Amino acid sequence: MVRFLGRDLANNKKIKYALTAIYGIGLSRAKEILEKAGLENVDKEGVRTKDLSDEDISNLRKVLEKDYQLEADLYRLTNLNIKRLMENGSIKGRRHRAGLPVRGQRTRTNGRTRRGGKKTVAGKNK
Amino acid sequence: MTRSFRKGPFIAYHLLQKIEKMNETGTKKPIKTWSRSSMIIPSMIGHTISVYNGKKHIPLFISDQIIGHKLGEFIPTRNFRSHIKSSDRRLKKK
Repeated sequence: MVRFLGRDLANNKKIKYALTAIYGIGLSRAKEILEKAGLENVDKEGVRTKDLSDEDISNLRKVLEKDYQLEADLYRLTNLNIKRLMENGSIKGRRHRAGLPVRGQRTRTNGRTRRGGKKTVAGKNK
Repeated sequence: MTRSFRKGPFIAYHLLQKIEKMNETGTKKPIKTWSRSSMIIPSMIGHTISVYNGKKHIPLFISDQIIGHKLGEFIPTRNFRSHIKSSDRRLKKK
């Protein structure tokens, strides 16, 4: 089992797909990272995580730690951005504070992701 | 999609002109503008710009924290004053 940034990678998956378990890495970034770590061939041959050599893993680790903001760093960055919006008095910040959709979506219906579960109000359908 | 960097930020020409003029002469007077989509740029810091909200101009003081945003982002165009509480509603009926 390989561990990057406090996240275990699946043993039986190909390394490109296993990397996407990390927050901040999707498929295209996983590919980019493998190229940077000099592991294109590994990717092409479809080597599974468990078959990687120690050297490969240390190379990967170097790339991950040097070039990207992932996991905790990324969560922090996102929260910081939201906080900044809330503090500078913008409409976006106001929407965040009210827990409503931020990007101009309708709220007459839908928007349940931001607004939470339904609350039934008596006498709505007269 | 984001705007091409080659073009630089968008600021309505009349607004830019007024800002530059005021910076040259060192005066500070609120400017009225309808251009909500203009980007806030560093040369505007310290000025007050009155941004139109569809009804009237609302003064907005430009600080360095809001650089890079658009003017309209800080002046809401809608005015929501909470719904009537159920107890108030009963009073209304009477």
